[in-house]
Amino acid sequence: MTGPLLTALQLLGFLSLPPLLLGVIGRIKARVAGREGPPLLQPYRDLARLVRKGTVYSRTTTWVFRAGPVVGLAAVLAAGLLVPLGAPAATVAFAGDFALLAALLGLARFATVVAALDTGSSFEGMGAAREVTFSALAEPALFLGFVSLVRSTGGTDLTHLLGDGLAAAWHTDGPALLLVALSIFVVALAENARLPVDDPATHLELTMIHEVMVLDHGGPDLALIQYGAALKLWLFGAVVVNLALGARLDEPAAAFAAFLGGQLAFAVAIGLVESTMARLRLVRIPQLLVGASVLSAFALVLLLR
Amino acid sequence: MTGWTDLLFILVLVLDLFVLASSRLRAGIRAVAAQGVLLSLLPVVLSGDATETRHVAILAVGALVVKAVGIPWLLARATRESTVSREVTPLLGFLPSLVLGAAGIAAAIWFAADLPLPVPGMHPLLVPTSIGTVWCGLLLIVTRRKAVGQVLGFLVLENGVFVLGLLLSDFMPSMVEVGVLLDLLAAVFVMGLVMFDIQRAFSSLDTEKLASLKD
Repeated sequence: MTGPLLTALQLLGFLSLPPLLLGVIGRIKARVAGREGPPLLQPYRDLARLVRKGTVYSRTTTWVFRAGPVVGLAAVLAAGLLVPLGAPAATVAFAGDFALLAALLGLARFATVVAALDTGSSFEGMGAAREVTFSALAEPALFLGFVSLVRSTGGTDLTHLLGDGLAAAWHTDGPALLLVALSIFVVALAENARLPVDDPATHLELTMIHEVMVLDHGGPDLALIQYGAALKLWLFGAVVVNLALGARLDEPAAAFAAFLGGQLAFAVAIGLVESTMARLRLVRIPQLLVGASVLSAFALVLLLR
Repeated sequence: MTGWTDLLFILVLVLDLFVLASSRLRAGIRAVAAQGVLLSLLPVVLSGDATETRHVAILAVGALVVKAVGIPWLLARATRESTVSREVTPLLGFLPSLVLGAAGIAAAIWFAADLPLPVPGMHPLLVPTSIGTVWCGLLLIVTRRKAVGQVLGFLVLENGVFVLGLLLSDFMPSMVEVGVLLDLLAAVFVMGLVMFDIQRAFSSLDTEKLASLKD
C-alpha cells in the first residue's frame, strides 16, 4: 500500500470508527454488570436520531452558543490530522506539532466552555468551572509526558514521537516510557470525561462535569458535540496505543490492524476501569491529576539523569 | 536485564508516592507489602556474578517473609481490629506531601550521581531509590496522625535503608542482615503493642490524643 492510500485509510477510520469505541465501552460495562447491554452500533443510531431532530435555542443565548459545537468539532478534526492514526505518518507533521495538538484540544474545550457560559445557567457555569480546573491540572501531565518523549526519541513532531523514534526509545528508556504511558492514560480518562474523574452516565447535575455543560444543546448541535467527544477519545486512544505498541510493524496492513486492535484494547481497558472504580469525590480529583503529573515529571527526571 | 532492574527500582519509588497519596490505610499496607516483594527480588537481580548464592537466597527469602508477608499481615490484623480505615486529616495534606515526596525523589536522583561511594559498579538507581524512599518514609512518619500511618512510614523508611544495605551486602556477613530484619520485626511488634494500648485507652488510633496524657 502506498502513502496517500494509507493516509486516506487512517482519516476514514478516524471519521467513521470513534462512535464504535463508545459502543465497545458501553458493552463492556454492561457485561461486567451482568447485563446484555446496548448494541455495539447504538452510538451511531443516537447520532442519527439527534441529527434528524430540530433545535431549540434559548433567548438568552447569542452566536457564541451556536458556534460552540461547530468550533469544537472543527478543532478536534484539525487535531486528528496531527496524530498518526494507524498509518506510519500523521497526515500533517512538522517540528513541535505536539504543542498545536494540545492547543487545538484546548480550543475545542474553550468553545464548549464559552457556549456553556453563554446560556447563563448556573449549573452550566459550575460544570464549566470544573472542566477548566481539571483540564488545567491535566495539561502539565500531558506536556511533561510529551517533553519526556521528545527527550527520549530526539524528535519534536508527533510522527516521530509516536512512531519512528519509539522502538529505540523503548529499548533504552523502557521504564520511563511506561510511566509516561500510564500518565497519559490517566489524562485520557480525565480529558474524555470518563470515570473516575467524571461519570458519563450520571443524570445528577451537581456531580456532572462535562455533561452538564451541554445540557442546553439539542438536536444536531448535541450530535456534533457527542461526535466530537468520540473523535477526541479516538485521538487520545491513538496516543496511548501508539506509545504502548512501541515498534511499528513493517507491513502497513498489519500495522493498521495492530493499531485498530490497540484501540479496541484501549476501549476495553476504559470499560474495565469504569466498571471497577467509583467516581472520585471532586476534592480527590486534583490529587489523581497531580499524581499523573508527578509520574510524567518523574519520567522526565529519569530521562535527564 | 538492566531494563528490568530499572523497572524494579522505579516501581519501588512509585509505590512510595502511592503510599504518600493514599488515604486508605488498607491500600497503604498492600502497597508496602508489594514494596516488600520488589525488595526481595532486588538482591537476586543485583547479584550479577553468583559468588554468594546462599547469602543472596537468605536475603531474598528473609525480605519476602518479613517485609512482604509477616509485617503487612500483622498490620492488616491491627487495622481490622481497630475501627480506623483511613487517614482523615494528616498534618500535611495528601497533595502537598505527594509533591514534596516527588521533589525529594527528584533531588535524590540529581545529586546521587555526585556522592562519593566506595563501591564500584553499583546500579545507578540504587542510591537515589534508597534516599528517596527514606525521605518518603520520613514524610509519612512526620505528617500522619494515625498510628498505623506512622508505622507504614517507618516501614517505608526501613525499606529505604534495606536498599542501601544491598550496596554493602558483599561486605556484610549475612548474620548482620538477618539481624536487621529481626530488629524490624521486633520494632513492629512494639509498635503493635503501643497501637493496641492507644486503642484501648482512647478507643481511637489518633496519636494527637496522646498529648492529653497527664501524670
